[in-house]
Amino acid sequence: MAQLSLKDINFFTSKVLHSPNDDEVAYIEDKLTILRRQKISKPIVFIGVTSSSVVAGALDTKKAIEEYIENSKAEIELVEVGSIGLCSLDPIMDVQLPGKCRISFQRVTAELVPSILDGVLNNYLLEEHVLAQYRNQFHQPWTNISYFDELSFFSSQHRVLMANCGLICPNSIVDSFANGTYKAFAGVLRNHTHEEVSQIVEKSGLRGRGGGGYPTGAKWRETLESPADQKYLICNADESDPGAFMDRLLMESDPHLLIEGIAISAYAIGASKAIIYTRNRYEFTVIRLEQALKQAYDYGLLGHNILDSGYSLDITIRKGPGAYVCGEETALIQSLEGKRGMPTLKPPYPSTYGLFGKPTAVNNIETIANIPFIITKGFEWFNSIGTERSKGTKFFSVSGKVNTTCMVEVPLGTSIAKVVEMAGGVPKGRKLKAVQIGGPSGGCVAPHLLNTPIDFETLKELGLSMGSGGITVYDDTVCMIDMVKYFMHFIQKESCGKCIPCREGSRRMLEILDNITRRPVNDDGHNTLERFKGVIHLEGLAEVMRDTSLCGLGQTASNPVLSTLKYFREEFEEHIFDRKCTAAVCKNLRTFYIDVDKCTGCGACAKKCPTSAIIGTPRTPYFIVEEKCIGCGICDEVCKFSAVFFK
Amino acid sequence: MKTKIDNLLEKFSHASANSLIPILQDIQDEIGFLSEEAIVQVGKHLDMPTSKIYGLATFYNQFRFQPRGKYHIQLCHGTSCHVMGAATLIELFEKRLKIKTGQTSRNGAYSLEIVPCMGACAFSPVISINGKFYGNLNQQKVEELLDDLIDNE
Repeated sequence: MAQLSLKDINFFTSKVLHSPNDDEVAYIEDKLTILRRQKISKPIVFIGVTSSSVVAGALDTKKAIEEYIENSKAEIELVEVGSIGLCSLDPIMDVQLPGKCRISFQRVTAELVPSILDGVLNNYLLEEHVLAQYRNQFHQPWTNISYFDELSFFSSQHRVLMANCGLICPNSIVDSFANGTYKAFAGVLRNHTHEEVSQIVEKSGLRGRGGGGYPTGAKWRETLESPADQKYLICNADESDPGAFMDRLLMESDPHLLIEGIAISAYAIGASKAIIYTRNRYEFTVIRLEQALKQAYDYGLLGHNILDSGYSLDITIRKGPGAYVCGEETALIQSLEGKRGMPTLKPPYPSTYGLFGKPTAVNNIETIANIPFIITKGFEWFNSIGTERSKGTKFFSVSGKVNTTCMVEVPLGTSIAKVVEMAGGVPKGRKLKAVQIGGPSGGCVAPHLLNTPIDFETLKELGLSMGSGGITVYDDTVCMIDMVKYFMHFIQKESCGKCIPCREGSRRMLEILDNITRRPVNDDGHNTLERFKGVIHLEGLAEVMRDTSLCGLGQTASNPVLSTLKYFREEFEEHIFDRKCTAAVCKNLRTFYIDVDKCTGCGACAKKCPTSAIIGTPRTPYFIVEEKCIGCGICDEVCKFSAVFFK
Repeated sequence: MKTKIDNLLEKFSHASANSLIPILQDIQDEIGFLSEEAIVQVGKHLDMPTSKIYGLATFYNQFRFQPRGKYHIQLCHGTSCHVMGAATLIELFEKRLKIKTGQTSRNGAYSLEIVPCMGACAFSPVISINGKFYGNLNQQKVEELLDDLIDNE
């Protein structure tokens, strides 16, 4: 915000956020149309800058646009926006000419900028880079360019929380005002008591989006009813699931929505202090959030006596130092108190005895982002979306072996297959093998179950968990045992060590899995027996861990193992009995061969082989004795003629 | 003479034990790692045993106890990166730079760190060298990157 005059602040806080008089409606609407960029006098270029697009070079693209504007000396405005969810197509650049629909270009690298901008400013489009255009009844459309709502990626979604993502400028509170943010908060302050807000949310049936699925309204009621001089609201934005990125994209694309959500939530439980607990690694996210917070303070939407309502609220950002277990609310509170993030016994629940011993509500960021919409549109509206017991929409980030890595928002109850389809399915020529849902605390879903609707109950019945909504797709080049080992390794590393079953159990499980995927130097009876017993032990360990661990991490840690054992037992057996990995991922189970056409007989591999498994005479092709080979792969590394291959 | 850490601790002059994590984070931002002296100083400042501070710092992934190398290489090992073959790339880095992840090479040139997820799953496997990102990597690209790095040094 360059200059902030009292008049501007008054315009927004007393006119836009209030129901204006009849004679002012037209004037305000007119002003907002300009702020919404529906009436523009000079071209605007939008560039999506998020932590994801930065990897694809969005900052270089931005710089190129700045240079272009400087060189052409034309009056062009450059606006930074967030992400529309199509991460694979980043960097995405939009151009809006006066009177024309806003049009989007995909994969705009820095060197493409001049040619694309040259073209579009002269009404000519480089079609191979065009993504789509935004529908707007007041603007003239581009011919032969499809609209965003016609793309199947967008038409099959139900975007509520993401409605403004990638469209508005996350650096500007004015953009957020113009698009309706903070209206719900102002309304709540004027018209509702604390109890009413928590009742509305309870009636809406909103359930925690962090994985547990606990009814948010009930949590708030408990916190509100606990008597205390100080209460806290903690927004858990520490998205620690590996492979999930939707929360950070939301924070980076629409930070004011989150702040409004926090403000209403804090009001509902009567808290005067709120904390956003996010990741230290999310530097970019933290910068945007801090900036948004500052703006909200400047406009008097946070701080003392907000909008003359008598209600005061302070929001601070705390950077989590990185521990998966801090997703558990009691561990998160411990971490905020400056201790190791270890879960504590419940009860007492945080709603009665939380941060510094005060009643505390811990809510996931996605849960909180739902609140302004529930207030504005009513709980009946929210009730109408989703299934009988799981209401509303949910974000999913779809990554792994898919054509388009993306973030989608769909109603709960949508089938897994549909979500995978939105991401464009698996790459051409490959077969979908499984879908991992919920990260390390979730499990994998076999192809025959892909029509399962995603809601809390159905997934629980299958022994899965929604987690925070990360979906990873596997094709036939992925080894299931390797993935289970990956997750177990993660859990073993992240287990806080408080409960012995989780600490030791995860370690033993990892050892068993390691044993399955390792080729012992001499495969005598004992080793083989251990391996056979391993799978039986896995099941036993998994049950003990589930029943005896204190927190969600330990209880769900065995989900990946159990679900893989259930649906991909053949693959376990193949590793154990046949000692082979069809996907050729498990390194130690590979069998190496020498291509007789390529081998020149240099003998380099034979010299290096630790088990003398390679035999032959110089200058004629060598040969690997399969029984002696331990699959270390040294021969492959030393061969200069790429004559060694494996199956 | 006042050290950087002294200056930092001045900001937290009335801090209690619950700001231990922000203090440690600031120190790491400032000097790149948590040195023994820094931990001792924080202990004196907060009137806390150093063993407790060390215990807390080792619990969290963020804190490191070796200085960063001239080239600080962060390797993403999130689910998506793993599916796309990050494990092989990590091995490659370890082998070529002759250090394990979490270590700094003896001449102080390189340090390797594994991070759980960088949030750029669309471009996996992803790494970052001194904050500059490299996406869509494969074995060949990494070899080239490493060649450049080692030549530069």
